[in-house]
Amino acid sequence: MSSAQPAITVADLHKFYDEYEAVGGVSFEVAEGEIFGLLGPNGAGKTTTVEILEGYRIGSSGSVSVLGFDPAQRPRALRERVGIVLQSSGMYRHVRVREAVAHWAGLYPHPRDVDEVLAIVGLDDEAQSMALVRTLSGGQQRRLDLALALIGDPDLIFLDEPTTGFDPAARRAAWGTIKRLRDLGKTVLLTTHYLEEAQELCDRVAIIKSGKILAEGPPNTLSEASARYRVSWRDESGELISEEVDDPTELLHRLTGEAIARGERLTDCSVVRPSLEDVYLELTADESSEGQR
Amino acid sequence: MSDATLAWRQYRLERKMFWRNPTAAFFSFVLPLIFLFLFGAVFSGSQANLNVLVPGIAGLSVMATTFNALATQMTFLREQGVLKRVRGTPLPGTSYLSGIIGSAATNAVIQILIIIVAGKLFFGLGWPKDWAELALFTVLGVACFASMGVAFSHVIPNFEAAPAYTNLVFLPMIFISGVFFDVDNVPTFLRDIANALPLVHVINGISAALVTGAPLADHLSDLAVVAVWTLACVILAVRGFSWSARD
Repeated sequence: MSSAQPAITVADLHKFYDEYEAVGGVSFEVAEGEIFGLLGPNGAGKTTTVEILEGYRIGSSGSVSVLGFDPAQRPRALRERVGIVLQSSGMYRHVRVREAVAHWAGLYPHPRDVDEVLAIVGLDDEAQSMALVRTLSGGQQRRLDLALALIGDPDLIFLDEPTTGFDPAARRAAWGTIKRLRDLGKTVLLTTHYLEEAQELCDRVAIIKSGKILAEGPPNTLSEASARYRVSWRDESGELISEEVDDPTELLHRLTGEAIARGERLTDCSVVRPSLEDVYLELTADESSEGQR
Repeated sequence: MSDATLAWRQYRLERKMFWRNPTAAFFSFVLPLIFLFLFGAVFSGSQANLNVLVPGIAGLSVMATTFNALATQMTFLREQGVLKRVRGTPLPGTSYLSGIIGSAATNAVIQILIIIVAGKLFFGLGWPKDWAELALFTVLGVACFASMGVAFSHVIPNFEAAPAYTNLVFLPMIFISGVFFDVDNVPTFLRDIANALPLVHVINGISAALVTGAPLADHLSDLAVVAVWTLACVILAVRGFSWSARD
């Protein structure tokens, strides 16, 4: 595999449903071996974008390439190299976990070992692997989703809101599993509306809202990019002052100089850079809870 | 793996799951047999009536195990998102559907065999007079009603509505198609409707093979009607096929 070619290329992708524009000119690239996150509120166009890359939907205009293929053609060679965890998808109810994973293994040319995959997702104890799918809890079903996506040993894995509805402990466990995918050298495209999740897992993040990408980059530089420093201090009258600056050097020099000149302490002084959360909230402010498309 | 091997694996999984789900097994499997024995008891005094009933129940079974079962099952798989999940794998759609339809066809064949044995043991019929004719009409009936079931599943809005929708087709069709009584006793306009539908022709063919021993040459028109329906239903099933539920 050439490492030069990105695993996913999306260029000026648009998707209309009648008049409604669900995706409005999205462009991004995902490098091989990277965990890339599409972060945004519900209805932002995350799922539509991912489902176009998965071959479930066809974009209205623009171009997409997944592992060098056009996903709209749904070539089998592509499907053999991609694992998909949909936002929600059912499973046969009267099949056992291990049976299901073993059956799925047979669909792929070079599957991973069934027991190994069950161990990766944490469904490897006897009771769980022999359980009928209809008896699984929500979290266990989500782990089965991941097992079925991994069994074909895909190069690229799509995870559409992999931890939505999880309790915090289950979410931590799922994060551990997803990080293991990175160690396996997999490329991962995940969508989430949890900022913490993007920060924890992703090498790079694109913040998407109303079908448009508002910011893109590694989680830490994303806050740097739009980041201004917020400097706060108490002035001589005891009032708390707060000022945003691009570079705090001069301001701090002036404040400390003045304080020293007055012979007082500079109290409650802090220099804060906006977190990714601040950036996210700022960018996705207003009507952030519009309906899911 | 070849497409045929994949279809075979799917078929085996479907069989395993079928027997693990007693409700599905009951409705597509046991119910026709209950009909057979109840009506058989009612008609036990008249061999002429039994000669109509046994092939009629055989036809009903072909329809129940394929049309009813597949319309319901496809609706479930689509609504639950199982079809969408399968669509994301390398499994070819034809292999997948072959496995599912093959499983329904197996139920139809098992059912027909049980009815033949019951007809011989309990209802005064002999062994089938023409096995080839029986096989031909069974296979064609299965193809017709299986494709009709897959096509019809696209009309069903959700899984809860599936029994109502399938019975809306199934019950009137079995009543006017001479399952429980000779179709000659039915008013003309209903008989005309029945004759335009495939079930009565499947039953005619099975009856010929099972009871009268009339040669296939006498039933070419029955064959033709079922063939036309099969072709139409296959086209509708393929053309209208959808892997995910409508939003």
